Amino acid sequence: MKLTRQQRALGAKFWIYLAALVVSMICVFPFYNAILTSLRTGQDLFLTSYLPTTFHWENYVNALGENGVGRSLLNSFLVATVTVGICLLVSITAAFALARVRFRGRKYILFTILCVSMFPQVAVLSGMFELVRFLGLYDSIGSLILSYTTFSLPFTVWVLTTFMRSLPVELEEAAIVDGASLWVIITKVFAPIMGPSLVTTGLLAFIGAWNEFMFALTFIISNENRTVPVAIGMLQGASQYELPWGHIMAASVVVTIPIIVLVLIFQKRIVSGLTAGAVKG
Amino acid sequence: MAQLTLEKLNKRYGDAAQVIKAIDLQVNSGEFVVIVGPSGCGKSTLLRMIAGLEDISGGNMYIDGTRVNDDTPSERGIGMVFQSYALYPHMSVYENMAFGLQLAKLPKDEIARRVEESARILQLEPLLQRRPKDLSGGQRQRVAIGRAIAREPKLFLFDEPLSNLDAALRVQMRMEIAALHRRLKSTIIYVTHDQVEAMTLAQRIVVLNRGNVEQVGTPLELYDHPANEFVAQFIGSPKMNLLPGTLVSAGDTESVVRLWHGKQLTVPIATPASAEGTKVKLGIRPEHIEWGTVADAPYLADVLFVEHMGNETYHYLDSGNLGEPWVVRNSRRSDIAAGETVGYSLPPEHCHLFDETGKAFARRATGNGAGRVPGIDAPPITFAEPMRTNVVH
Repeated sequence: MKLTRQQRALGAKFWIYLAALVVSMICVFPFYNAILTSLRTGQDLFLTSYLPTTFHWENYVNALGENGVGRSLLNSFLVATVTVGICLLVSITAAFALARVRFRGRKYILFTILCVSMFPQVAVLSGMFELVRFLGLYDSIGSLILSYTTFSLPFTVWVLTTFMRSLPVELEEAAIVDGASLWVIITKVFAPIMGPSLVTTGLLAFIGAWNEFMFALTFIISNENRTVPVAIGMLQGASQYELPWGHIMAASVVVTIPIIVLVLIFQKRIVSGLTAGAVKG
Repeated sequence: MAQLTLEKLNKRYGDAAQVIKAIDLQVNSGEFVVIVGPSGCGKSTLLRMIAGLEDISGGNMYIDGTRVNDDTPSERGIGMVFQSYALYPHMSVYENMAFGLQLAKLPKDEIARRVEESARILQLEPLLQRRPKDLSGGQRQRVAIGRAIAREPKLFLFDEPLSNLDAALRVQMRMEIAALHRRLKSTIIYVTHDQVEAMTLAQRIVVLNRGNVEQVGTPLELYDHPANEFVAQFIGSPKMNLLPGTLVSAGDTESVVRLWHGKQLTVPIATPASAEGTKVKLGIRPEHIEWGTVADAPYLADVLFVEHMGNETYHYLDSGNLGEPWVVRNSRRSDIAAGETVGYSLPPEHCHLFDETGKAFARRATGNGAGRVPGIDAPPITFAEPMRTNVVH
């Protein structure tokens, strides 16, 4: 029997939804399992049931309060926020120079920036360690801000430069005719138009700084300066032979929530096309 | 309302290219001047130099007698309308118009007064809270003009403001800009490549070519008395036909030209005796060539093809020894078909004469189509009934 056009469209839709369902289940399952485990204690931890059985909130209280994860959360917030702030400030001004100011060697600078962003972290770890020691930042969160900014900048500069190049030059000239200084042009004209790309790059820099483990492990030695990923890794149970799964999972859930909230807040800005209407369209 | 004076204004990029070559120009207070020229002639560069967006390499520029070479655009007090409108997309129409005033730190009520005044002039009041993306092309253009008006500039600069609009809207905006000038009585400098815009809007036209001013004059001066071949061919559409010939006898009121096919024509144009015997070009506009009968008309040509516009008809004639055909423009419909041979004549009072270098000899006739020219005794030229042309009512 030959299917009608409508039936075939319906069939195609079914497969699309099925595929989407499978992909989202695979993505969400680890997080779901973490939530599930974080609500269990004792022997329940080793149940294979995939539905919530008990609701114990002690894991959260213990993880945040007693094990210093709360303090690490604050550190992480500080490090990630300052990193994003410095990154955006430096990269939007650098992008303006690289996209709009003509000077010799501009192409090579852009190429160098692209090359730098290809280096793996491990390759520069020892060099970075020397730098941190030299600047006297060892065991302070300044060392993390420095290293995260170094690693985020090439990407943000590159993305913002590309975006700024696509903005019409006449827009800048109109602002000059209106009497705007360079700083006003960047902050009042370009920055709002570039909102979506600023949010996107800022968010990526934030997530990078939030999740980073290796530098955080290497440059910080004292408990009170640790960031969250390391703090979670250092959680210990009652004895050497016991891993406190409940606490670890509770802390993991807490760490993930800020990122989810940020993405939800900014998702509209990420997808919106604010440049529409600037020039003829 | 300001006067602009350009004195030997120069622009060069690096050592090689000189794009603006020693331009002298005086724009009077309240005057509407259009700078026109083909693409790449430097007209936009010149406007941007006046605006202060390009550095001036040499020469002086004065606004109301004050030298402004080193002033920023806002210090010069100019308002500029860009080809692509260049509205700030994240601001409402009101904020777009108020932005420059806020930067100038004007009091709030003064800003509101000025923005509302410009919005009223341009009928933008219902749109003040909209974003540029919610406006049509014509509305965006009006906002761009409003942004310039709100600054109450000494000088308005328009950089090809209509080239992004469709044909119907262009005509409408053209009239609006003309009306705006009548109303504001401000000094306007307007750049375009479209000679129709130049002819309709300008009080004076500056024809620019390769960084040189070819001629400055009122639209009809340029049409009637082009200073050289370039202006003659640039102003008017389709462009002026140029016929090769030799100057047989020179004179203060009349000159005799022998055209390429040997026939002689006496034209009311002054030529110096020294030019006698030199090669010249006879110019005549497509609308001035007249049909005659094959038997009587002084010249014959084959029609290559015919274009019917409805309100007018273009006939392209085989120019024989020249590569490009000559054009005849009739305001009537015609049933002359391609391939036919037609007779035509060249009314002397409509002829132009250019020397070998392309410079025009002074015409004694105004060429205003009246037929008779004062001071010339020759009888009005009459022709037989136009052959094979139908008047369709």
